[in-house]
Amino acid sequence: MREFKLPSLGADMDEGTLLEWRVGPGDVVKRGQVVALVETTKAAIEVECWEDGTVDRLVVKPGTTIPVGAVIALLREPGETAELAARWQAEHAAALALAPAAPRVPAAVPEPRAEEGVRRRVSPAARRHAEEKGIDIETVVGTGPHGAVTVEDVERAAAPAARPAAPDRAAEMRRTIAAAMARSKREIPHYYLASEIPLTAATAWLAAENEGRSVTERLLMAVLFIKATARALVRFPELNGFYRDGRFEPSPAVHAGVAISLRQGGLVAPAILDVNDKSLDQLMHGLTDLVKRARAFSLRSSELSMATVTVTNLGDEGVESVYGVIYPPQVALIGFGKMTERAWVEDGSIQIAPVVTASLSADHRASDGHRGGLFLNELKALLQQPERLRLPLAATP
Amino acid sequence: MNEQGIRDVIFGTLRAIAPEVDPAALVPDQPLRDQVDLDSMDWLNFLVGLHQALKVDIPESDYRKLYTLDHLMAYLRDRLSPRA
Repeated sequence: MREFKLPSLGADMDEGTLLEWRVGPGDVVKRGQVVALVETTKAAIEVECWEDGTVDRLVVKPGTTIPVGAVIALLREPGETAELAARWQAEHAAALALAPAAPRVPAAVPEPRAEEGVRRRVSPAARRHAEEKGIDIETVVGTGPHGAVTVEDVERAAAPAARPAAPDRAAEMRRTIAAAMARSKREIPHYYLASEIPLTAATAWLAAENEGRSVTERLLMAVLFIKATARALVRFPELNGFYRDGRFEPSPAVHAGVAISLRQGGLVAPAILDVNDKSLDQLMHGLTDLVKRARAFSLRSSELSMATVTVTNLGDEGVESVYGVIYPPQVALIGFGKMTERAWVEDGSIQIAPVVTASLSADHRASDGHRGGLFLNELKALLQQPERLRLPLAATP
Repeated sequence: MNEQGIRDVIFGTLRAIAPEVDPAALVPDQPLRDQVDLDSMDWLNFLVGLHQALKVDIPESDYRKLYTLDHLMAYLRDRLSPRA
């Protein structure tokens, strides 16, 4: 018997409300399959299963708020019979009886309603729930992401008694971000470095590349930044991974968390997985998809828990440099400022060059400023040869 | 497509990316991207939206002609005219 626990959803999300199950008892599940939808202050998150098995029992009901790490379902291992599973459960009855947290109090202020003419979002669980209660789902006010109707909304429509007002989503998100960032500043001895990088070659290469492309296939400088960062990290493993339980665990793969600001305030940094295995085109598609889904409040649990480093491109908003706060348990954050034209001296002559300030915030428990400086130099060198960033690392000559 | 039609497409596409924007509050001769807070990804998605609605593929080299709403209107009017 395997206990399926609510996986980590990132340092700033320590609980979630189960919106619906995507599987039922008896279903065979594969590693990586989405099994449930959980709502947090930042997103409706598709929770993926990390093992193969057969669903034996769903422990938590939709509408329940559960902390990260709580057992939410029981899976039978391949070959395990229902009888064996029943015996296991009898033996572990006391542990499983841990009462789940009380259902979250619904928000008093509804989210902005879905745009007129757009199909209303109703979770299947909410629809079933409404049918059982004999409620017309069209009359229920949705308070979920994008005005989606959740089980909680149906519950509220069924029992319209007065309830105490709850803090709104923006306030909750601010609280969770504050908690994670305060933890970061309390626990991580940050050091900060910055370096100016000329982008004459990168800009020219990108312009030539985009010239022949339709607007739907164009590349942004941001993907060159992400790719160059991941490539540079291969030689500086002490900047890529997790600091946990008093020690640093480097990660062989680079999963780049990309800081995405949400229009209604707040931010989220979901990961593009295995950056070095992707071409620039694949990265661009990945980034476009991630931004779209982050802004639509729809992300996957792996994207929120697996980032091994964060890249932020605040320069797009006009600032010249950014000194970020590391997202624990990561050990580094790379920031890119605004690209500006400067007088740049190269080989004894002055030229006008587009220049970006790249910065590194890193954890002194895992690395030193000397190596951090060499990392920024490597980043600078890689961005001078943009054509070498086009293909996956393994396919690069 | 007439002037109003182009304007409707622009505003509809903008609102899909930045739902908080009130088109009536936009100043037509001031920089658009500053008023709507469009980063380079938003800007690209905006152009993709225009491409889908109007079948106008705007090359990167023309971005600098699209500084304000007025510029964008003029540019699209020109590209959509039968002579183009």
